[in-house]
Amino acid sequence: MQFLSYLISGISLGSVYALIALGYTMVYGIAKMLNFAHGDVIMIGSYLIFFTFGSFGWNPVLAILLSMAVCTVLGVVIEAVAYRPLREAPSLAVLITAIGVSYLLQQVAQLMWTSNAKSFPSVVAGLAPIQLFGGQLTISVETVVTILACLVIMAALTLFVNHTTPGHAMLAVSEDRGAAQLMGVNVNATISLTFAIGSALAAVAGALLCSTYPTLSPTTGAMPGIKAFVAAVFGGIGSIPGAFVGGILLGIIENLSKAYISTQLSDAIVFLVLIVVLVVKPTGLLGKKVNVKV
Amino acid sequence: MALLEVSNLGIAFGGLQAVAQFDLTIEKGHLYGLIGPNGAGKTTVFNMLTGMYRPTEGNIVLDGKDITGKSPELINKAGIARTFQNIRLFNEMTVLDNVKVGMHNQVPYGMWTGILRLPAYWEKEHEMDRQAHKLLKIFDLDGEAELKASQLPYGKQRKLEIARALATNPKLLLLDEPAAGMNPNETAELMQTVRQVRDQFGIAVLLIEHDMNFVMGICEEITVLDYGRVIARGDGKAIRNNPKVIAAYLGGD
Amino acid sequence: MAFSRLKTMRKTTRSNIVTFGIVILFYLVVQLLSAGGLLSNSFEGQLIPICAYVVMAVSLNLTVGFLGELSLGHAGFMSVGAFAGVLVWTVAGKSLPVFAALPLAFLAGGVAAGLFGVIVGVPVLRLSGDYLAIVTLAFGEIIKNIINACYLGYDSTGLHFSLQDQSSMGLDPDGTVLINGAMGITRIQRVSNFTIGILLVLATVAVVLNLIRSRTGRAITAIRDNEIAAQSAGINLTRYKLTAFVVSAVFAGLAGVLYGLNFSSLTASRFDYNTSIQILVFVVLGGMGSVRGSIIAAALLTVLPEMLRGLNDYRMLIYAIVLIAMMIFNQSPQIAAWRKRLVEKVRTGLGKSKKTKEVA
Repeated sequence: MQFLSYLISGISLGSVYALIALGYTMVYGIAKMLNFAHGDVIMIGSYLIFFTFGSFGWNPVLAILLSMAVCTVLGVVIEAVAYRPLREAPSLAVLITAIGVSYLLQQVAQLMWTSNAKSFPSVVAGLAPIQLFGGQLTISVETVVTILACLVIMAALTLFVNHTTPGHAMLAVSEDRGAAQLMGVNVNATISLTFAIGSALAAVAGALLCSTYPTLSPTTGAMPGIKAFVAAVFGGIGSIPGAFVGGILLGIIENLSKAYISTQLSDAIVFLVLIVVLVVKPTGLLGKKVNVKV
Repeated sequence: MALLEVSNLGIAFGGLQAVAQFDLTIEKGHLYGLIGPNGAGKTTVFNMLTGMYRPTEGNIVLDGKDITGKSPELINKAGIARTFQNIRLFNEMTVLDNVKVGMHNQVPYGMWTGILRLPAYWEKEHEMDRQAHKLLKIFDLDGEAELKASQLPYGKQRKLEIARALATNPKLLLLDEPAAGMNPNETAELMQTVRQVRDQFGIAVLLIEHDMNFVMGICEEITVLDYGRVIARGDGKAIRNNPKVIAAYLGGD
Repeated sequence: MAFSRLKTMRKTTRSNIVTFGIVILFYLVVQLLSAGGLLSNSFEGQLIPICAYVVMAVSLNLTVGFLGELSLGHAGFMSVGAFAGVLVWTVAGKSLPVFAALPLAFLAGGVAAGLFGVIVGVPVLRLSGDYLAIVTLAFGEIIKNIINACYLGYDSTGLHFSLQDQSSMGLDPDGTVLINGAMGITRIQRVSNFTIGILLVLATVAVVLNLIRSRTGRAITAIRDNEIAAQSAGINLTRYKLTAFVVSAVFAGLAGVLYGLNFSSLTASRFDYNTSIQILVFVVLGGMGSVRGSIIAAALLTVLPEMLRGLNDYRMLIYAIVLIAMMIFNQSPQIAAWRKRLVEKVRTGLGKSKKTKEVA
């Protein structure tokens, strides 16, 4: 029973990772860049919810929707201002710029809201936890909502990418940007759309993450961001199901190693598993094999 | 004994048989051509001979040593050097350093000799410089030794690639479309150079080329590949009049 | 021919002399100012970190700039070096004189970091690009986590070690704790000084420059420029990738020893991925493959936040904006083209005005 409880909270944590990983993996697949600032968009979104919902007492759904809207704008603006001028530049230049954006967001947050951690109110507070097996297994509402939200978003996103014109444009750009452009796909618009979706998901992930781990500071987004990126790589970067599988597995591994091995070493174990997976299968669990043409 | 003995070589990518039952015998000091329509599998053969691809069947024997499926590095050490269809130079390095990379295994010294600048370092580096300049002179590149490789015009980049391959001191040189993108004058000059290289270094050359004048003018034996299989072999005259070859090139059946 | 060889050798020798000159000049100027009491305390406190970061940047440049592989775990090697070196110093410093214990500490730090370089490099160097970046980041974090969970001490019965907590080491009451988990090593007898720092910088620069202009260095840069061509020129990819990676790790370890011996306490959290990224920023802004650039960028950017201290809360914000602006300005193809046009315009404009003057 204990194990089941750890497993379920692992899946919940993994769902959050999966949502964040989606942002990474879509941006990587389409813009071919590692958006290091993605985790910090989560943090900004969480602060918004903290103020609208926590301080002003807004309806949580409204608060999340506003946060999604702001994060979407933020993501699109970051892409247009900082990344677009570097579209043809070496990937390392883009990476460093993304790191700069990450610093920038953290510093802005620190100036506006200080570096003191705030205690985040759960967006689903008030609902009673679910009792199973005659009270032996308690599942918090946060856990249930997180897992459900992740499943719904995954399904919606998969449908969107495979069955709509903008979704097809995204697939085309990720396959071959030049060819997509020649076929009349608006590459800039498609990349903007990708950032918009990724950032909106980041806002949702932020709300769920901070509801489960209720502290918020300017660096809150950094470590989950890194781990979600690990999850994306783990599942095979550029692949939407890969991000899902990678995120869930990562959450489970992290939680189980916290429970059974060592709290302090859980991150080390997560990263070690990543390394083993990549060394054995360099493209991740569900990644495509890329052949180098000689 | 022949220098290179290739028998029954084949490779399949997924379910697709790209090359099958490829045989080739190369004698020391001779010039060979490998021709065929686009997509016939010529570069694939080169990639198998140099260890880029691991053949799914057959044998490659160089100088009596089986080198099938060995790594590109070991095959180069065994004595096969190549150039590439899409030029692969060390673009950010000087022309001279490109050739000196080729001499990596010819004039060796250890890391510490280099870091500590031991006498052997100066000795070996001078030796390399001397040999490299000699090679560059053959290709008329000694004036550009200190330029970055990427600064060379296209034709000279092709020549530098050959010079770098020769610097590895091969027994067999594989040239993948050496005359591509060259004008007739440059092509004629290149033919001259390839012959000179063969005579001076006594090595065998196998080349892929679409310029038929080049192939016919220089190669002593030509192998024709179509759909991954050898369809003809012989000297220039025989190949020119072979109905199978004509059909392959004109697309008839 | 002989002449051209002489000329090129002179060119690189001259460039090397300038690089060493800058370091030595910096040292002399600082010593003069310091003797005159003209240096602020906060700047003096930065001198050893500057040297450590310069060594870090120059060594990371070997992996990123010359081998062309992205590493985001360089701070991990610094951490390993720092802990190994400080441990040896703490133990050996008690029984041996400084001139023997200190080199021993540096040796330990360099060797330990080099060993970790091999352990990390062998499995991961078959990956490349962003995958290698994330795996090296992961290794850096693993190293941090393990050291953070590490308890080490000794008593009359010998060495005690635990990954749980201090009490599970089973140390006698009279025993000494060496590493106390996340608290790290405390009460270190500080021994680093600016002269040692500059000597380490000079040694690092000499080794890296000599290595690059040698057979080994050519093999490394050839792999960067074209892996496939390097392979078919008979170069063993694994061997030379590993060489660059390990040499780079060794110097990161030495930098760690220098850094660790400059403070009275040492924790692994100081060497997280943010530190690795910071070093990478030095390398990229200084110019990949430019040793001199790495030195200058590392020194300036270490001092910059200190110099902006007057701006207090805004300094890191300004740093972030400067970083983004510099990347866009230096790396964007459109802006590069625009800059070129501007320069040409100015030049022709100047030429014209000169001409009109002549006519007049």
